[in-house]
Amino acid sequence: MSGYVRTQTAAPLPPPQGSTTQQWVAGHLFGNIFNAALTILAAAAFAYILFLLSRFLVFNAVWSGTDRDACKDVLNGACWPYVQAKFGQFIYGFYPHAERWRPNLVFVVGALLLAPLLVPSAPWKRLNALLFFGVYPLLGFILLTGGNIDLQRFLLGRFVALPELPAAFGLRANFWLDYAISSALLTATIALVARILGTPFSFSFKVLPLCFLVLALLLAPLDADFGLRWVDTREWGGLLVTLVVAVTGIVAALPIGVLLALGRRSEMFLVRWLSIIFIEFWRGVPLITVLFFATYMLPLFLPGGASIERLVRALIGVALFSGAYMAEVVRGGLQAVAREQYEGAAALGFGYWKTMSLVVLPQALTHVIPGIVNNFIGLFKDTTLVQIVAILDLLGQIRASFADPNWASPTTLYTGFAFAGIIYFVFCFGMSRYSQFLERRAGSSVLRREAELR
Amino acid sequence: MLSHPRIRSALIQILLLAVLAVTAWYIYQTTRANIIQQRIATGFDFFWVEAGFSINQALIPYSEASNYFRAFLVGLLNTLLVSALGLVFATAVGFAVGIGRLSSNWVIARVCGTYVEVVRNLPLLFQIVFWYLVMIAVLPAPRESVSVFGEAFINRRGFFFPKPIFSEGAGTFLLAVLAALFVAWVAGYFARRRRVATGRSATVWPLQMLALIGIPLAAWLALGMTVSVEHPVLKGMNFTGGLQLIPEFVALLFALSTYTAAFIAEIVRAGILAVRRGQSEAALALGLSRRQSLRLVVVPQALRVIVPPLTSQYLNLIKNSSLAVAIGYPDLVSVFAGTTLTNRGQAIEIIAITMLVYLAISLIVSFAMNLYNRRIALTGQGARA
Repeated sequence: MSGYVRTQTAAPLPPPQGSTTQQWVAGHLFGNIFNAALTILAAAAFAYILFLLSRFLVFNAVWSGTDRDACKDVLNGACWPYVQAKFGQFIYGFYPHAERWRPNLVFVVGALLLAPLLVPSAPWKRLNALLFFGVYPLLGFILLTGGNIDLQRFLLGRFVALPELPAAFGLRANFWLDYAISSALLTATIALVARILGTPFSFSFKVLPLCFLVLALLLAPLDADFGLRWVDTREWGGLLVTLVVAVTGIVAALPIGVLLALGRRSEMFLVRWLSIIFIEFWRGVPLITVLFFATYMLPLFLPGGASIERLVRALIGVALFSGAYMAEVVRGGLQAVAREQYEGAAALGFGYWKTMSLVVLPQALTHVIPGIVNNFIGLFKDTTLVQIVAILDLLGQIRASFADPNWASPTTLYTGFAFAGIIYFVFCFGMSRYSQFLERRAGSSVLRREAELR
Repeated sequence: MLSHPRIRSALIQILLLAVLAVTAWYIYQTTRANIIQQRIATGFDFFWVEAGFSINQALIPYSEASNYFRAFLVGLLNTLLVSALGLVFATAVGFAVGIGRLSSNWVIARVCGTYVEVVRNLPLLFQIVFWYLVMIAVLPAPRESVSVFGEAFINRRGFFFPKPIFSEGAGTFLLAVLAALFVAWVAGYFARRRRVATGRSATVWPLQMLALIGIPLAAWLALGMTVSVEHPVLKGMNFTGGLQLIPEFVALLFALSTYTAAFIAEIVRAGILAVRRGQSEAALALGLSRRQSLRLVVVPQALRVIVPPLTSQYLNLIKNSSLAVAIGYPDLVSVFAGTTLTNRGQAIEIIAITMLVYLAISLIVSFAMNLYNRRIALTGQGARA
């Protein structure tokens, strides 16, 4: 390696540059001729783009009008009356006019619940998270669809004919009788089996009844009749669909992701390999093929499955897909939990589930909040893909509106993209800034690489 | 007995297997019933049926009389083409922008930063559709084509270039190119060996350039310059002949490359920042020039940080190429999971094959990148596990 090493002392370097404005400009902008040319060229290009944008969006834009006549002569200005006329469609799709207070209420409640959840110092985090991830999806479902789904049979009713009983407030006594008997029988059987086998299954005595109770609390509001008109998901569209797909995707992805991540680190051979195959499969295929799978293949798997609505099918696909990605984010967090934490839990006599739910997962999930937010950004951008299986999200509605001859003008195309672009950019940029803020706050960039997977 | 961990774990796994088997059996039964009820054909015989639809970009001979298997191959090759070119462009732009963001020139750093933030925060499908529709709106009709020196033409139907045709002696010419590559490689190999042995570096790049340009040129001249050119000609409504790029391809390639480049730029920036300043300072203190310290000290260390996330970006680009279906570029999803599925209705076979093809591509790419990663990873003392 002697060829690299100097034999004489090198000439000393010039002293470091000072920090006056003049020196900064000389050093950073006009260091040499090449650098100066680059600076001027880049600045000019940047200024020109800014000029074009501001001219298009503001100065040359048309602000009022009722149809294409207002915009047909303007070649380099936005046609805002077109956005104004189509605004309802862009936001709600074909959701009935009279019922639009319902999505509005869902938007407002969502924002009110989300805002304190995002501020790290806001109090009642646990309650807030429970409301957002548990109660809010339920509320959203009831408000958006109208709720009042007719529950017919639970378990027992499938084998034994129960007497027809009357219904009140949309709640059918039939179903709830079935539910009560079935859950009691199931709990008793499992408890009995556990007693016979002699295992200390506290699970069957405490957890099982609690599970049934929670499930009942979830089902009852869905079954109840609040007097809301049913709005078919075929009538949904626009930003509403974008947000529904993104929020459902992330809320469903969390439990799926946590289970898969635990499964992937399990000591049981079968559980580990099934988790790995599941995760790597969904991560290895494009989301479009997943949506095709959910739209065309899934109905074949279910009896009479063709009756599942298109949006619901797409949501199942999105949940599976984002669950697999979430699993990898959570796994990163699990790996960051020190071994001593497991040992400490074991020393306290905790079993697997107690160790995980009380010691490991709370720490792991706190570590990966930036990763989860980044995952959500990816999912938010990916919602645009649902238009390929004929669900009109924000971008889909805008694309569809280009075909309207009433608004055919030279700048309709650009105006539509400007409107959609501003909405997407505000959401994504805001979220990415938020995740950067969290990362700085956590003071660690160990997990940043995980976040960049998407 | 049941509280023994190993027995319990075995029991749980057996139970899991049983549940899976029952579910699989249930799905199999309902699927069979559904398929019989809806009269959907099964099996892979459809591959040999005449496809009957045309595809506007095919790398291998294809016509409406070709069978579905050939259509599948055409789609697959189109996916591979746009992915491969996208990888090259995205890497080039990504590295340039990533380094540009670290430039000491404030304006350049800002421009690169703005590019990354804007492109990264808009959905890819938005960008693909935008570039496609804008291109269609801006480009002229075939009769009013923009002509570049009368050789190449640009219109709404695509970009038309003269196509070189290697008629006779093409094999010999190819052989000459291979020979040139070999000579250049041998020269580099011996120069490296000499440097390792004696510490003196030899200047071989002029020799290499001479070989790379000279040998093919000599072969071309010796063969009597048999390479001819086919020009695109306006016939009726559109150009025929020559090399044609359809607008769907151009829009998709552009959007895919620029989008992925923004992510690669961030990876490159993080990789370079991860190399501690002391490394380049030490290299300068040893008397290496700025370029040498970059090439021999900083870049090799940065690559170790860059390659793993770069791999996942490459995989993302390949998977994202499936968004082609939104603008009608005939890729695998569009031709096979789109048109073929609509025509034949065999959802299970077609979607399974499509997914498996993407899985296979992903596996091959990550395998190749892992090999490369192992080559550049730290070896010897202090190597990471």
